[in-house]
Amino acid sequence: MSRPPFIAIGLLSACVLAYEVLLTRLFSIVLWHHFAYMIISAAMLGYGASGTLLTLLKEKISAHFGAVYVMAAAALAVLMPVSFLLAQQVPFNPLELLWDNTQPVKLLAVYLLMMLPFFCGGLGIGLIFSHFGKQAGRIYACDILGAGAGSLGVIGVLFLVPPNQMLSALTVLALLAAAIAVVELKVRPKWLMKLFVGVAVLAAVALPGIQVHPSAYKDLSQALNIVGARVVEERTSPLGQIMVVENTRVPLRDAPGMSLNATSEPPPQLGVFVDGNGPSALTKFDGNLEPLAYLDQLTSALPYHILERPRVLVLGAGPGSDVLQALYHHSAAVDAVELDRNVTGLVRQRFREYAGNLYGQPGVHVHAAEARGFVNTSEARYDLIQVALLDSFGTASAGLYGLSENYLYTVEALQAYLSRLTPGGMLAVTRWLTLPPRDALKLFATAVSALERSGVTNPAARLAMIRGWKTVTLLVKNSDFTASEIAAIKEFSRARSFDLVWYPGMRADEANRFNILSQPYFFEGAAALLSPQRQDFIDQYKFYIEPATDDRPHFFRFFKWNAAAEIFALREQGGMPLLDWSYPLLAATLLQAFAASILLILAPLALSRCRRSLPGAPVALYFLAIGFAFMFMEIAFIQKFVLFLAHPLYAVAVVLCAFLAFAAAGSWLAGRWQAANKVTLAVIALGAISLFYLAILPGLFQALIHLPDAAKIVISVALIAPLAMCMGVPFPTGMMRLAGTAEEAIPWAWAINGFASVVGAVLATLLAIHLGFAAVILLAVLIYAVACVALRGFA
Amino acid sequence: MKRHFALVTLLVFCYALPSQGGEFDAERRKMMEEVLADAAATFSYSGSPALSPGVIAAMEKVERHRFVPAGLAAAAYLNRPLPIGYGQTISQPFIVALMTDLVKVKAGDKVLEIGTGSGYQAAVLAEMGSSVYSIEIIEPLGKQAGGLLKTLGYRNVETRVGDGYYGWPEAAPFDAIMVTAAASHVPPPLVRQLKPGGRMVIPLGTQFLTQYLMLVEKRMDGSVTSRQILPVRFVPLTGGH
Repeated sequence: MSRPPFIAIGLLSACVLAYEVLLTRLFSIVLWHHFAYMIISAAMLGYGASGTLLTLLKEKISAHFGAVYVMAAAALAVLMPVSFLLAQQVPFNPLELLWDNTQPVKLLAVYLLMMLPFFCGGLGIGLIFSHFGKQAGRIYACDILGAGAGSLGVIGVLFLVPPNQMLSALTVLALLAAAIAVVELKVRPKWLMKLFVGVAVLAAVALPGIQVHPSAYKDLSQALNIVGARVVEERTSPLGQIMVVENTRVPLRDAPGMSLNATSEPPPQLGVFVDGNGPSALTKFDGNLEPLAYLDQLTSALPYHILERPRVLVLGAGPGSDVLQALYHHSAAVDAVELDRNVTGLVRQRFREYAGNLYGQPGVHVHAAEARGFVNTSEARYDLIQVALLDSFGTASAGLYGLSENYLYTVEALQAYLSRLTPGGMLAVTRWLTLPPRDALKLFATAVSALERSGVTNPAARLAMIRGWKTVTLLVKNSDFTASEIAAIKEFSRARSFDLVWYPGMRADEANRFNILSQPYFFEGAAALLSPQRQDFIDQYKFYIEPATDDRPHFFRFFKWNAAAEIFALREQGGMPLLDWSYPLLAATLLQAFAASILLILAPLALSRCRRSLPGAPVALYFLAIGFAFMFMEIAFIQKFVLFLAHPLYAVAVVLCAFLAFAAAGSWLAGRWQAANKVTLAVIALGAISLFYLAILPGLFQALIHLPDAAKIVISVALIAPLAMCMGVPFPTGMMRLAGTAEEAIPWAWAINGFASVVGAVLATLLAIHLGFAAVILLAVLIYAVACVALRGFA
Repeated sequence: MKRHFALVTLLVFCYALPSQGGEFDAERRKMMEEVLADAAATFSYSGSPALSPGVIAAMEKVERHRFVPAGLAAAAYLNRPLPIGYGQTISQPFIVALMTDLVKVKAGDKVLEIGTGSGYQAAVLAEMGSSVYSIEIIEPLGKQAGGLLKTLGYRNVETRVGDGYYGWPEAAPFDAIMVTAAASHVPPPLVRQLKPGGRMVIPLGTQFLTQYLMLVEKRMDGSVTSRQILPVRFVPLTGGH
């Protein structure tokens, strides 16, 4: 048994990472997307706990090393689907988290169930490290190459296979990993190999797709409960699972925030749900504009009453409501940008006749692209840029997007949109109304900043905002509003009983007339944001309304810790919706992870007899530091490249792949590199590269963004390569150092590093929300420096 | 799966026997104390100084534990929303009180309810002496609530399963309309079926989380205005205005 099982370790690692990515997709469908953080955290716990078990039972395990490895792989195969199935049986409902004391316990149960497969995966990989410690460089390289292939591979396969069927496929892959390990590790009896291959073949043929049951509180579940509802089309890709629902008995009738004065009704519509959220309306259209009159009764119709036959760009066109609105108002041309080809495909092919060939209408051009990327690369100029309202009211009002990055609503995004407008053109952004005002004021503050940064001395003259009972629409013009335009805004709003929030020269008594609030919060907020006391107002406001930027693109984060206690105390007096619960949930996930890891990772070690034989604090600090720093770097740089590569999914795929491949190369080289101070050299190099990139990347990206995608991918990989190679050095070097001095401590170091790297992923998000991605990178460099110092303490 | 679901629902909705009603009296009184305290704290936001005696009397009478799944009867008088199956909830008692107060119904008024749900809101309105017409779009829920309201002897409540968008034209116009189901917009037919001087209340938000209430008032000339009411005493600026 002289050679580590390189193929088996790569396969095992690929399975575990593919499973992690797949779970984030499955949990997006079953619950909501931010449960991704819980998955990451569960993976961490599994890895960490496996290291602890290895440390405690190393003598017993090493006697049956090969067999234990093979059993771990086989257990992974079984537990991947079984844990998910069991977790689905737990009646956990996040919406009741703060109402019901049993919900945190149910969340913990889901969390522990999701940990189990990662425990098995971690056990297998940790076992190899502890057994072949001196070859840590090459093992680590196979491990992360497998990880890269698994996470990328699953994204690729998700274009072809629905996520529920992928679970069975991963079971097959893990069984093959077990079979290969039998050969590589020469495990007896030999027929085990045939058994695993046989079971794998059987599983591939007979294992059905796992049933995925979305929460009863998701929009899709609610729509399907309605009498007469049926799914008429289903499509899947890594961007989301799309379901189209038809209901002829109780039609959809989507007209968000339509004026109370309206007498028209929407024509028949199909509901398009993405990951069970929505719906966006796919409206029946026969070329006759008359049934579309309802689209003139929405706040988003305002710009069409100011501009004559505008040339329009719709960002986030979805199944086409905003394009129909542009056609209804006789726009000269419409460019519609939509990221998901599956969504445009519905309108172009499957429901082409139903939609009246909307995306093939004269003057309508559809672009499958990411909105910011399209705006950055397009040469065209528009009279109107409409940012569509794509998220559902329910998810927005429940604070479900509190953690996600959104590059549509940042200061830099608004600047980019403004730079694509013709003289006299305008940007229109519509958001759901939240009370007390959150989105609307944050958007307004962002627009003020964007205008100021673009050199406008009097932003107040270029802004107008109105609100209905459910939506707000902001207009940002690239010149001052004229008196006739202001008159048009007033008339539009009056006729539809929409309220004026702001227009240049607005008086206080004009606010809060039709949809009456206890205070004219919106007007007061807008006025304060345009006054010299703007920063005071933002600081004193109990929700976080600081403008979002590309460095801190969390537009939907409204949570402020200093208001949390007051809101929490009011939770049963009607204050519950004021808690944007995704942010506290992230903090709770972190706490839960820490508590569980103390219980399952650290306490067993502290209480065991082997604690005396473990190396000292510097070794622990070293593996903790490099785990945190690696994840901080990786997550922050992925974010930095998302805008450049213009497509979030491909950006993550390319950047992650480059990071893992070159870190693998770095660790391979570290194994052959004989220098005594190689970690210090690598850290100095990566620190210098990071600082250099922080300084030059924004300018460089701006200059190169017009290049074709292939060129941008090559440039990205070239930029990441040196950084990632340096980052690949510390882990195997530390492992090899341990192999020479305290080999029995390798699983312990593996546990600590597993803990740090995955908690690092959650923590990086939390830190980025508060400090921005640039600060996360600087922090990572500092932590690497700490690791260098700690390495000197290795006895 | 559907059969499985139906069976579970059937089991879950085994309601307590009528003779057991008295055992929850103390809980109901306690719930009302909390509701009154919440209402007093938010009065300046809801626009009325206190809950009307009619609302209080009705809520003190309606046995909420009969409208929740049997397994949750013990939690029926907590001031919180509870799941009733099919992804639906029975609203928080405080929100029910506030909404009922806002529509200002009197004995003999005709009230349309869109979204019967558990039937609890309809029962409260019926206790206030109004004639209630209630429509539910989820068939099993509608049938179940209709049956329960009949069993409990609410003769002045009529229920139906179907599309609430066009209201209940045969019974229109209404003195008050309560839309308890989510809607992307207020259906124009409902505005038409509201009497001049009538009131319509709509909660906005998601299940378990009512963000704000919208009160639509139809003036005598037929024009409509709306008020957005935050059901909590909360000023968004530190130190107030």
